[in-house]
Amino acid sequence: MTFSRRSFLAGSSALALSSAPIIGRAQGSDKIIFASILDLSGGLDIYGAPMAETTKMAIDDINAAGGLLGREVELKLYDAQSTIQFYTQYATQAAAGDRAHTVHAGITSASREAIRPTLARFKTLYFYNTQYEGGVCDYNCFCTGSTPAQTVAKVVPYAMNKWGKKVYIVAADYNYGQITAQWMQKFVAENGGETLDVEFFPLDVTNFGPTINKIQTAKPDFVISALVGGAHVSFYRQYAAAGMMKEIPIASTTFGVGNEQKLISAEEGDGIIASYSYFEGADNAVNTEFLQRLEARLGADRPVMNELAVRSYEGAMLWAEAVKMAGTPDRDPVIEALRSGLTYNGPSGAVTIDAQTNHCNMNVYISELKDQTWNIVESFTDQPPADTQLVCDLVANPDQSTFLFENGLAAAGIE
Amino acid sequence: MDLVVAVLFQLIYVIANLALISLGLAIIFGMMRVINLAHGEFLMLGGYTVVVATNMGINIWVSMLILAPLVVGIIGVIVERLLIRWLYGRMVDTLLATWGLSLLLVGIVTSIFGASTATTVSPPLGAVRIGAYSASGYELFLILITIALLVAVWLTLRYTKLGLLARGTMQNAEMASSLGVSTSRIYMITFGLGAAVSGLAGGLLAPMTGVLPTIGATYIAKAFITVISGGASILAGTTVGSILLGGINGIFSFIAGSTFGEIALLLAAIILLRLMPRGITGRFFRKSL
Repeated sequence: MTFSRRSFLAGSSALALSSAPIIGRAQGSDKIIFASILDLSGGLDIYGAPMAETTKMAIDDINAAGGLLGREVELKLYDAQSTIQFYTQYATQAAAGDRAHTVHAGITSASREAIRPTLARFKTLYFYNTQYEGGVCDYNCFCTGSTPAQTVAKVVPYAMNKWGKKVYIVAADYNYGQITAQWMQKFVAENGGETLDVEFFPLDVTNFGPTINKIQTAKPDFVISALVGGAHVSFYRQYAAAGMMKEIPIASTTFGVGNEQKLISAEEGDGIIASYSYFEGADNAVNTEFLQRLEARLGADRPVMNELAVRSYEGAMLWAEAVKMAGTPDRDPVIEALRSGLTYNGPSGAVTIDAQTNHCNMNVYISELKDQTWNIVESFTDQPPADTQLVCDLVANPDQSTFLFENGLAAAGIE
Repeated sequence: MDLVVAVLFQLIYVIANLALISLGLAIIFGMMRVINLAHGEFLMLGGYTVVVATNMGINIWVSMLILAPLVVGIIGVIVERLLIRWLYGRMVDTLLATWGLSLLLVGIVTSIFGASTATTVSPPLGAVRIGAYSASGYELFLILITIALLVAVWLTLRYTKLGLLARGTMQNAEMASSLGVSTSRIYMITFGLGAAVSGLAGGLLAPMTGVLPTIGATYIAKAFITVISGGASILAGTTVGSILLGGINGIFSFIAGSTFGEIALLLAAIILLRLMPRGITGRFFRKSL
């Protein structure tokens, strides 16, 4: 028998056809697949490791309560190793290989923007459970973390009332830091203050000496920081070592979500102010019970809970509620259920999906650091994602998958 | 006036910092011609030694000044015996072997201590006042100890028998060997000393930067650029290279921010090596150590 191209094609397509039912069976298997991609090693693991713990806890809780729709939920956890390239690779693996029903992934905004288009293309429901700079307008993507209008807008006036009106901004040099710094300048100006200078740092900078000199020269009333990652923790150490902590205090939009308060000594950190949608001191029964169960699970040396870790738990639970409501784990009905104004009462309080933006209304807290522990000094309930609402309307136009603040706030039409 | 002093202080610190992270590499790469891509990991191991020792209750000065160089020096000797001694004179092979070693060390440390930032060690000295400005007393200490270290290495190379034998062996191993010098021992000791100096540097920097298994990556490029720009004379080269590149980095960081500081440093190194392919000491201070 001669082996012509035509007979090869005929043979291989027959093979493809006969294997199709096998793929069909795999898809219709009993388990519901929940994929998670986080940085569990490398410089960003200070954020990723606690998020992975709470994600595992959420899936165990769901399965302990009998699973979803009588089916077990299986967690596929990937370590992106603080490398963007692995995010794209694992997102494709999760969507095409595992056929995940939902993917909860990403820590930095750079990683989110690397995988969001991939998951939109594969029509795989995507949750981003990290506080970020706002502006994602994507029908397929739910951003459950806090955004600047929820946190920065609270901490800036609080710090200005407490310390004064002259502000110096230090931030990480990528889209999160750049855009958050613009929000900071906007809120400082709106509250009648003055931004003396803004400085950006690549993620691997460890020597902050020249900047500390510049801060002393500029004499601001306080410094506000959006520094990111393990190397940037050096800023707080060197700032404290130069005796600056007592002279010019610090407020931050990132300090604490990597449990940085545990990486520097008590004296170095005392007095730092931050604002997030969760602190361990959040006063509600769900939180007390959540922390007790976490401690039973991981022992007394469990990681301290922060917004990223708790929102990873709540994000998984929001998705689970939506699956129950929809009666199926398929994407379109689940998205509809989520966008019906779904609420989950989690450790941080009530978290409600806002259909206009696919973001969340949530509680927001301001805390001050004392002896490596956050003490809540002010709380706000049910805060809307007002920044993203300015530019995004998924009710009027659901067919969107864009990041509107990609080129800064001015380009998005925000003054 | 205070500002000038404060900026000058910061500039000297940036220079000292560069010299500190480069000196161990200058010995291993500049002198022994071993392209040590695991240099950053030697610094990292020094840092972890300090963190582990202080957590065990050992005095921080003892951990930094004695334990860190001792532990990393011993590791250096072991590495030399097992890996490097088969590769002398084969520069590209040393590059591959030490790259592998670097990945191995990162892997080992990650599996023992976890991948996260592992330190609560704080700079042990308070702030010093410069008029209206304040600076870290620990930075002042680092500047002084870097100078002391450079002087100590110079004295060792210039005035001790070991220094003489080491210089002779590096210049012409066969001749040294036929004069009755055990070159294999000299190589081992020199490599161990280079590793010990790196360990000391890593230990001293740990309270300022914290330690991560991957922190070596932030040092390695700068160390190589400094040593290569410095040229053949290891001490004069490292010193002059640090002053030039650190000075440029510090000035541009202060004027335009740290991103531009890093760019200026790299640009300066490129221009320098285009004009002086054999480094600064390939043209100036040729007779120096």
